[in-house]
Amino acid sequence: MDNAGSAAIFGGMAHDTDVLIAGGGLNGCSLALALAQAGLSVTLVDPLPAKARGDAAFDGRSYALSVASTRALKAIGLWPQLADEAQPILGIRVSDGRAGQGPSPLSLTFDHAEIEDGPMGHMVEDRHLRPALLDAMAREGRLTQITGVATTAQEVDASGVTVTLSDGRRLTAAVLVGCDGARGPTAGRAGISRTGWEYRQTALVAAVGHERPHGGIAHQFFMPEGPLAILPLSGNRSSIVWTERRDRADRINALSDEDYLAVLRPRFGSFLGDLSLAGDRYTYPLGLGLANAFVADRVALAGDAAHRVHPIAGQGLNAGLKDVATLAEVLVEAMRRGEDIGRIDVLERYQAWRRFDVTTLAVATDGFNRLFSNDNAVLRLGRDLGLGLVNRLPGLRRGFIREAAGLTGDLPRLLRGQPV
Amino acid sequence: MTESTIDTTEVAKFEAMAAEWWDPRGKFKPLHMQNPCRLDYICRQIAAEFDRDLSQQRPFEGLRLLDIGCGGGLLSEPMARRGAEVVGADAAAGNIPVAEVHARQGGLDIDYRHTTAEALAAEGETFDVVLNMEVVEHVSDPAAYLTACRRLLKPGGLMICSTLNRTMRSFGAAIVGAEHIMRWLPRGTHDWRKFITPDELYSLLRQAGLDPVDRQGMVFNPVTWQWSLNDRDLAVNYVTTSLNPAR
Repeated sequence: MDNAGSAAIFGGMAHDTDVLIAGGGLNGCSLALALAQAGLSVTLVDPLPAKARGDAAFDGRSYALSVASTRALKAIGLWPQLADEAQPILGIRVSDGRAGQGPSPLSLTFDHAEIEDGPMGHMVEDRHLRPALLDAMAREGRLTQITGVATTAQEVDASGVTVTLSDGRRLTAAVLVGCDGARGPTAGRAGISRTGWEYRQTALVAAVGHERPHGGIAHQFFMPEGPLAILPLSGNRSSIVWTERRDRADRINALSDEDYLAVLRPRFGSFLGDLSLAGDRYTYPLGLGLANAFVADRVALAGDAAHRVHPIAGQGLNAGLKDVATLAEVLVEAMRRGEDIGRIDVLERYQAWRRFDVTTLAVATDGFNRLFSNDNAVLRLGRDLGLGLVNRLPGLRRGFIREAAGLTGDLPRLLRGQPV
Repeated sequence: MTESTIDTTEVAKFEAMAAEWWDPRGKFKPLHMQNPCRLDYICRQIAAEFDRDLSQQRPFEGLRLLDIGCGGGLLSEPMARRGAEVVGADAAAGNIPVAEVHARQGGLDIDYRHTTAEALAAEGETFDVVLNMEVVEHVSDPAAYLTACRRLLKPGGLMICSTLNRTMRSFGAAIVGAEHIMRWLPRGTHDWRKFITPDELYSLLRQAGLDPVDRQGMVFNPVTWQWSLNDRDLAVNYVTTSLNPAR
């Protein structure tokens, strides 16, 4: 440990760091920042070299941040850097469609005027969010980053957890947080198994330019092959998340840019005018996974390491940021009362707060995907009627909007836009 | 058997007992469940009285604190982590090495002593803060005991004292519920007739020369399975703060 500011203040100086975070993705970085700002010493370990993490082309995704997630990013001080490029989502239109036919007449429209404050959320691109996080982390004295190094083992005893790194270093902490993704090793080493399956679907992701302005409206078309989401980015651009059966997705991905657009056009429709590609193309295989526990003695899981959901409702990062906000609040409150922050009874407060919500989300998005990724005439009629019905009942529709905006349930402070 | 072997056996025994004290699902589960609520109250009262900022790293630095009836150190350790200089006192000799072993495992420096409030007062020890949690209902002469506690406080010092109210609900909760139904506590842990109402405690505190300034209920919610502080409901568990008037 080379950073004097990161000496553990906790547990009578018994550890190298209060919290060790394995995995420097968006969740790991947000958590590190929130905890360090609240006074804990944090060390974040990421296997990618620093240069690769900062590379703009590293991840082509965009995120539909809920109102609650936006508030959390504001609370940890990232918004000034993101505000200019963030595209407000002013409405969401959900419709059932078949390639070449366009959306069905019975569709569901959500409008931001139906919830109290401002837009329903913001679209933020990974290439903007990631540098903002890395900059803020570099400025935080209580935070140490170790990059280009993996965790290879972890060992828990009565007073802490010792983590071995691939360069041979051993670090002790009061608690280890696994933010290391759906296949990350932290869970398994803590004796936590995962349940899940692959969807045999792949998401094709790209930014597209179009002739006409999108007006801040996000579209979700449910196609038999899988949903197509069209999400507004700044300017006359949108991010598409185009889900196809895995074999078809592989074939589409192998096409030239021009042929790719030719396959996309009938699905997308012509309502925004002609399309062009506005960046690189990416593919992400889809699956569902749920850790059988979110905590073990001195270990907690957050983000995809705890739950990998279908991206159908854009809830992956939003769910991760809910984990971050909840875990940060639980750990900081425990620190303020002088509790040992790695004890299982402290960590179980995080699990009790998050688990019901996450399981509901996983089941709901899985069910949605199964219902909509189908061309059965009866199901199609049923879901058209269902969408039309929800659209006609303002109370129910408002409920969906508030849920999608992340404004339901017992919210941790960060999601209300307050410091931890 | 050599001396060092005896020591090792003893240490192993104390470590096992410490593990039992600190097991959140074990024998002391009810204390662990209540602890966050007690600590919230204690930390807020100390911070308010001594003008400390709880978001700082060691806000209780410079405060000398006594934990009476420290047991395995469930309150002493958090106070030491927050920076206080802690003396943990327990009348049961067996608790002392157990608490010591656990504090050492966590790298905490706490002065645990097999002694009583009366003996410490006679020795002339004084503290900024005295924690007097769930003790007063077990002593034979509460007035004499609280007077000893007052003598342990520096002028302007603060005592936090919690106990059980004498109501039909506390009989139901603490005796029938905790001892007979949930078996959280061994039968006979509490004698309901020795429970003290908040008004009785306030007059005992005043009689001891203290100035009671705050009282709140600690309420268990069987749905969320959590304890919380409550301004109005002092019918079962409650906690008070009093000050030793500065001369």
